[in-house]
Amino acid sequence: MEQKKVKITEKKQEVIKELKAFGANVYDQLEQGVFPTVNMPSRSTENITYDPTLRQYILGEKNVGRNARNIRHIKPFTQLAWVAMFSNELTSQRKTSTLRDVYYSAQAYEMTFADQQESNNIITDLETLTGFAREEFSIFPEERSAIFGDLDIGYTVPGYEGKTVNLTSHPDGVLIGPAVTSSEFIKTSANKVIAIEKGALFTRFIEESVHSKHKSLLISCGGQAPRQTRSFIRRLHDELGLPVYILTDGDPWGMHIAQVIISGSANAAHLRDLNTPDAVWSGVWASDIVEYKLPTDPLDDVDIKRLYELQKDPRYQNDPVWQREIKMFLKIRRKTELEAFSRYGLTYIVDEYLPTKLDGAPSKGKKKK
Amino acid sequence: MAQATFEEISASDFFYRNRDIAGLTNPSRAIFVAIREVVENSLDAAESQKIPPDIYVRLSYEGEATKETQIYKLRVQDNGSGIQPKFIPSAFGQVLYGSKYKLKQMRGTFGLGGKMAVLYGQVTTHKPAIVTSSTGQAKIYTFTLMIDIQRNRPIILDRKVLINKDNWHGTIVEFNLEGDYLRAMPKIIEYFKQTAMVNPYANLTFVDPKGRLYKFTRATTAMPDPPTETLPHPYGVDVELLQRLIQITSSTNMSSFLRGHFHRVGEITAQKFLEFAGIPPSKNPKKLTHEEIVKLMQNLKKFKDFLPPDANCLSPLGEELLKAGIMKELKPEYLVVHQRKPSTYAGHPFIVEMAIAYGGDIPKTGNFVIYRFANKIPLLYDEASDVAYKVISSMNWRRYKVASDMPIAIVIHVCSTKVPYKTVGKEFIADRPEVRKEEANALREVSRQLQHFLSRKEHVHMEKKRLSIFSKYLPKIAQFSAMLAGKEKAPDIEKLLKSVQKYGAEES
Repeated sequence: MEQKKVKITEKKQEVIKELKAFGANVYDQLEQGVFPTVNMPSRSTENITYDPTLRQYILGEKNVGRNARNIRHIKPFTQLAWVAMFSNELTSQRKTSTLRDVYYSAQAYEMTFADQQESNNIITDLETLTGFAREEFSIFPEERSAIFGDLDIGYTVPGYEGKTVNLTSHPDGVLIGPAVTSSEFIKTSANKVIAIEKGALFTRFIEESVHSKHKSLLISCGGQAPRQTRSFIRRLHDELGLPVYILTDGDPWGMHIAQVIISGSANAAHLRDLNTPDAVWSGVWASDIVEYKLPTDPLDDVDIKRLYELQKDPRYQNDPVWQREIKMFLKIRRKTELEAFSRYGLTYIVDEYLPTKLDGAPSKGKKKK
Repeated sequence: MAQATFEEISASDFFYRNRDIAGLTNPSRAIFVAIREVVENSLDAAESQKIPPDIYVRLSYEGEATKETQIYKLRVQDNGSGIQPKFIPSAFGQVLYGSKYKLKQMRGTFGLGGKMAVLYGQVTTHKPAIVTSSTGQAKIYTFTLMIDIQRNRPIILDRKVLINKDNWHGTIVEFNLEGDYLRAMPKIIEYFKQTAMVNPYANLTFVDPKGRLYKFTRATTAMPDPPTETLPHPYGVDVELLQRLIQITSSTNMSSFLRGHFHRVGEITAQKFLEFAGIPPSKNPKKLTHEEIVKLMQNLKKFKDFLPPDANCLSPLGEELLKAGIMKELKPEYLVVHQRKPSTYAGHPFIVEMAIAYGGDIPKTGNFVIYRFANKIPLLYDEASDVAYKVISSMNWRRYKVASDMPIAIVIHVCSTKVPYKTVGKEFIADRPEVRKEEANALREVSRQLQHFLSRKEHVHMEKKRLSIFSKYLPKIAQFSAMLAGKEKAPDIEKLLKSVQKYGAEES
């Protein structure tokens, strides 16, 4: 466990080094009297492929260049230089910013972005160029999710250095924000991570003491898990060696929320360590609907269309559970929600369903009747 | 029949009863037409002697007429050729009398515009007109005149003779008329402005009833050559004209009749034509029957081998003068003018002159500003009925990269011995295929040149924009990279900026 622990401050130094290198490269080109150029992997769809060994999407060989000589490139080039400079200041001063904040901060430098999307794109450029996720260079999205469970973390954010906190200290859970993601793990009694799609069930699990009964760290994804949460789950898995179980609604959308935590998304093909390939989707499966006789709703057209899409998706090919459950959904044409277990009483999901699933989840199909 | 009716009443009476056809339809229109007719006569009088015109127009308030209309005194003074004293009473007191029945290009076409104005003044105010004129000889003559409408004769009320110490030549016309100046004012001012545009060698001064002075100063003293008189072209004759020519001719055979009275008809052409028409060359024209005359007229129009009319009788403005006039009045950023070669319609020679002006004082109205002129007269009414309007609106402007929201003025001048007006009011030109074609070709020519100008302008604009983008962003890249790299000083980018400029210069 100790060996796997990444020194957060060391990582920050690497990020800063990378940003400075970019700046120095541009500076030197200008000094030599040439228009600066920068090359980075292309993020166009034809350059994105799924790597079955890495178990995530990656970028291919194709590169794109940005040349300040090109009238269409010079503005995004300048924006890229600005974002790099701004990130460097943030990271060096150990401050953080949000995507929205970046958009407005640019205006102070007369570096207007047309809209939020344009500034987000430039930030993605910087990710591609440096290979670091934006959270590493201190730019965070607005959305937050939460964690609860017996884990002591040591803060590295200014003013809190050396302070530790136990993540059971607040009954609502602790926000997975910059302070948590940049903290170092000290100790835990948990032996697994349970990521839950919905905040309501996360709260129920805390109330029912799932964290102690099942020695687990609970994470509320709040729908599609934010990138910083996905990367945090990866750290929990890698650094603490904890298996990860995911609970979602029993429909194609819930299934895909689990899949993105496991295999990542095409949009993040330029980054690594945002996904946890060993994580397991524990439910709610289509076959659970049948087995537990859960209350359901019919699948609508969009759900069915989505299922057919997912059936072909490369991420759904390496574990037979996916194809099996997709077929089952298409067969029963029903979907359900995590809350549906309440028909058997408030504690049923914790006392009956969860232990079975935690037991049986990695079994990859053994469960089938 | 019309002819019979015409003989029962006098010409004055006829035109008085039908003054609408001369454009004197209402009090505001009347005052505009009166000023225009008299000013045009003055311009013609100066131009025929190649004298740069100096024209002074004053309209003064005399009193109330009705609730809406007032009595005004109009005084127009020119420095033209002047009129010999014996012709003065008839020139101003007898309708259809004048110097304009010969075939050459002049502003007035029907010989009645100026007189209609005087007649209108007399009818509405019962006051005489005062005409003062001298041809530059020893004496100046002043006549006080009225028109005997029933008999179409001038009545001389008074006649004065003054000594012409300074060899002054010119004419001063002064008469009262009823009208509505306030409503007519915009058109009148526009009339002077546009007249100044196509008469850049004229000084025009107008003092309005409120005492406001409008002065249009000449930009040049160069003038077009005055037109020469010419015989009628065979294609342009009608039965009436043929009959009149036969009456006055001294020829005793058809061959000499044709050669003597028609434009561009010589020995061989006459011979070929008579053969074509089946008329013996020795036939005495005076012996032709009415039916034969009608047939002759038809054959004159059918025969293909007459030479086209000579344009000597025309006096176009010329590209230089048109340019000077437009520059003076519109101060455009870009101007192109084009004069077409002479062409003919129905035996009447005509020349189209066309200009396109861009920017400067030309407003952006969402539509082109169209200035129409015929024999140097501005046409201010019924724009949409004019053939020019059709030509302009049927152009494929997108092909020339021209949009209607650009500040563009189109100037069209048609000059002819007989401008194909639709009405006596001289407001718009009829849609003659020949005229339409010439206007369309002229417009294409100037539009092509405008297109070149616009694409050059666009190029320069893009180049400027490109440069401004580089000069905006390069210093920032320098600044940010220096901050990132932890350097004190931003790298020197002057050389790079210069290279972009040079690159730009090569391209243009």
